[in-house]
Amino acid sequence: MSFILIVGAGRVGSSVARSMLASGHEVSVLDEDPLSHERLDAGQATTWEDAGGRFTIGHALEVDALREAGIEQADVFVASTDGDNTNLTVAQIAQKMFEVPRVIARVMDPARAEWYAGQGLSTICPTRYAVEMFEQELAGV
Amino acid sequence: MYAVIVGGGKVGLNLTRELIEKGHEVTLIEQRRDRYLSMEDELEHVAQYGDGTELWVLERAGISRADLLVAVTGDDEDNILICQIAREKYLVERIISRVNNPRNRQYFDLLGIRPVVSATELILRLIEHEVPQYGLVHLLDLPGERLEIIEMDVAEGSPAAGAHVQDIAMPDGSLVISILRGGDGFVPSGDTVIEAGDEVLLCLDPGLEDQVTALFSA
Repeated sequence: MSFILIVGAGRVGSSVARSMLASGHEVSVLDEDPLSHERLDAGQATTWEDAGGRFTIGHALEVDALREAGIEQADVFVASTDGDNTNLTVAQIAQKMFEVPRVIARVMDPARAEWYAGQGLSTICPTRYAVEMFEQELAGV
Repeated sequence: MYAVIVGGGKVGLNLTRELIEKGHEVTLIEQRRDRYLSMEDELEHVAQYGDGTELWVLERAGISRADLLVAVTGDDEDNILICQIAREKYLVERIISRVNNPRNRQYFDLLGIRPVVSATELILRLIEHEVPQYGLVHLLDLPGERLEIIEMDVAEGSPAAGAHVQDIAMPDGSLVISILRGGDGFVPSGDTVIEAGDEVLLCLDPGLEDQVTALFSA
């Protein structure tokens, strides 16, 4: 079981948070918008906290918020806010300031995702997957 | 010199004007369409429309041949990314970044992005200069070079007041470089006598502030 800290709980972040919690991991979520807490609860039998999850309100770049959310204990750090540059910055903070062993950042821009991946950061680029899927769908046209 | 400036707010726009005035070649990148259109009238081809954190936008601006990159957007994460990419991918030798929120300064330090300019910190420095705390004002900090220059008032009854410069027990790594007295400044020699009410400029290694403060305050 790992302790996973997810920063940014939009559609992607909250879904990953729920599935990781369901898989038996300890999951803490940091988001500046209290609404994303409701997103974690929506359609679930129990609240996020009752299911064992943690939630902290705060901005990704606030050191105090990162600490409160448990970054010092985290085994895995996921940066999934809606800002590429926020994700790339906070991922490097997790890596270099808090030495989190595994750090993954979502980056919508394929060019930036590729370059930072070359710099030793794990990046996930949804745009690239979308392009590939379109290409597959359109292959027979 | 060729400078690429990212962020066409007040700082970026005025910096562009000044550098052009001094005969430099400049490209100013602005991502807000309305701002770009209003500056294009004045700056013409100098202004470029786009997100300066996108590689192709930087490449279109000729980032690889830039001698200087200045990141002055209103977003610290954007400034961090722009500087990192400019320096590490496009090997721009000189970068300067604006820090909007002084709390984010630690991240610029962490990622080796320097020098940085923070308006808030500059104003704080000025306030400190006007209302000195502990009688000590930082005039210049060069953390990379591990050197700083401070200004101190010499208090009546302090060990330094009435003493020859050569007799003051200055710690190793510190030096009195200038004395301001009655509106004039001069470089002292060893036999200059320091008077209460003088302001002294000291050059020192970081961390010696407490030791030298003790010599000039009562």
